Amino acid sequence: MGPPLKCRTAVDPPTGATYFAAVRNAPVSTPGFDSSSDVTQDRWARRYLNWIGWRILRLINTIRGLGAFGLITLGVMATKFKTASHVIHPLIRAQIHRAGVRLLPIVSFVALALGLVVIGQTVALLSRVGATTYAGTIMVTVVVRELGPLITALLVLARIGTAIVIELGTARALGEVEALEALGIDPIHYLVMPRVVGLALGIFSLTVYLILMTLVGGYLFAFLQDVPLMPGDYFSQLATALRWEDFVLLALKTCAFGAIIAVVTCYHGLARPLRIQEVAEATTRAVVESLVACTVLDALFIIVYLLM
Amino acid sequence: MLDVSIAASHAPEFPVIEGVDWTVQAGDFWVVGGSSGSGKSDLLATAAGLLRPVRGVHRLFGQELIQLDEEELIRQRRRVGLVFGNEGRLFNQLSIAENLALPLCYHRNCAAPEVRDRVEEILEHTGLSAMANRTPASVNRSLRSRVALARALTLQPELLLLDNPVRESDPTQRRWWIEFLSGLCAGHAVLSRRHTTIVVATDDFRPWLGAGEKFALIARNRWLTIGTRPALAGCAEPLLRELLHEETSP
Repeated sequence: MGPPLKCRTAVDPPTGATYFAAVRNAPVSTPGFDSSSDVTQDRWARRYLNWIGWRILRLINTIRGLGAFGLITLGVMATKFKTASHVIHPLIRAQIHRAGVRLLPIVSFVALALGLVVIGQTVALLSRVGATTYAGTIMVTVVVRELGPLITALLVLARIGTAIVIELGTARALGEVEALEALGIDPIHYLVMPRVVGLALGIFSLTVYLILMTLVGGYLFAFLQDVPLMPGDYFSQLATALRWEDFVLLALKTCAFGAIIAVVTCYHGLARPLRIQEVAEATTRAVVESLVACTVLDALFIIVYLLM
Repeated sequence: MLDVSIAASHAPEFPVIEGVDWTVQAGDFWVVGGSSGSGKSDLLATAAGLLRPVRGVHRLFGQELIQLDEEELIRQRRRVGLVFGNEGRLFNQLSIAENLALPLCYHRNCAAPEVRDRVEEILEHTGLSAMANRTPASVNRSLRSRVALARALTLQPELLLLDNPVRESDPTQRRWWIEFLSGLCAGHAVLSRRHTTIVVATDDFRPWLGAGEKFALIARNRWLTIGTRPALAGCAEPLLRELLHEETSP
């Protein structure tokens, strides 16, 4: 007789620590929401510390689960990218179409709005103080480096990320993931990898499109406001402000956003067996965590830009 | 060969079936009985290598699963066909023909048109040709299990595990299942006349009395091997009487 074996499917996250489970199951209320008046200061402090500890452990557990899931996905991508290419590559193309082409109308609308709000206003303001020579630099900093990638990622998260959690959560709840395993098909390879690659390439392409639309659309709005800035001057300022590092970092950043959104949403859809009624809650959690992860990554890229 | 304790998939640390001492020989037709919730599905999932037992040794085709790397495990798993209960766990976004084509295309790395002939052959043998382009959700519940069987047959399994396949079936469907599975066991054209080992888990022994060759029970969380058909009459286990729907004296 060997040691007890815990059964686990290929996509299950690491099990939680015993202490985590104990703390999680402890009857802890959120401080500030306890209405009973006889709670002593000591008990209150203990509850508060318990609550903080619980939140920290939950955060650590989430990061650990996401990290493990991301590494497994990375491993599968590295070892199986060419495996069953006749099945997987059409799925990747379908995801690119879904996270790219099908979002063009909404991205066009947002790009024009962004052009109006940011570029139209900024260029108009700069012309009033006679500083239109900085227009290109400001546009590159605001649109190319910051707003373009982040807004595109948020649009994809809202439109595609939520759908991924729901479809994978439902597939897991209905036992389709186990059916894949029974047929010798790796669920990470079949379900996750196409979404990671598709969303990474989709967000990259959409960001390039959004930036171009924003820069052109914004100038048109500025032109309509009779701003004394010739198109040649404007675009030469942009060209001067752009460096080759901007293109590299834009590609890295957008692909990373896509991979993060795909990994987080797939993780919440697949990582544990869901009941149908839990899918909505998993979707909310996935959106919040994707948002936080993308913002943190964006902040890290700001440091890189500052070092440049 | 199984000599294990089986865990429930929703609580993997705790065994639901103790003392499973079970060897399946090539060409056997096993019928495993147990009441609802007794762990039949977990037993089949473990036998197929999808779940790990809480403790004990699980050998599949002579190889201990715990010692296999992932590639080897998948290779062994492909030799086993698992027909899930509860409508077969089909891929609802795909048509019935695509459900069958997926495992073939994935393992052969080819496009769907290249496996069309094989898919049509299996659909014809299982009587599903007319509904090839329909989605699983649009066909009768009892037929979904048949689609799951057809999907499991695509990989030409040597061992076929079926979880309560006739639960939702009417007498005609039930007869089809028993005749088809008996045919598979004896050597069916759909699997190139090769003898297939069959294991059926059920909560009603009656339909399987004629087809099954060996019988076992999951009674009170314990594994109980009954043996061949004549041994059924000598078995005093009350659960057996229940699964045979016989009146028991108070």
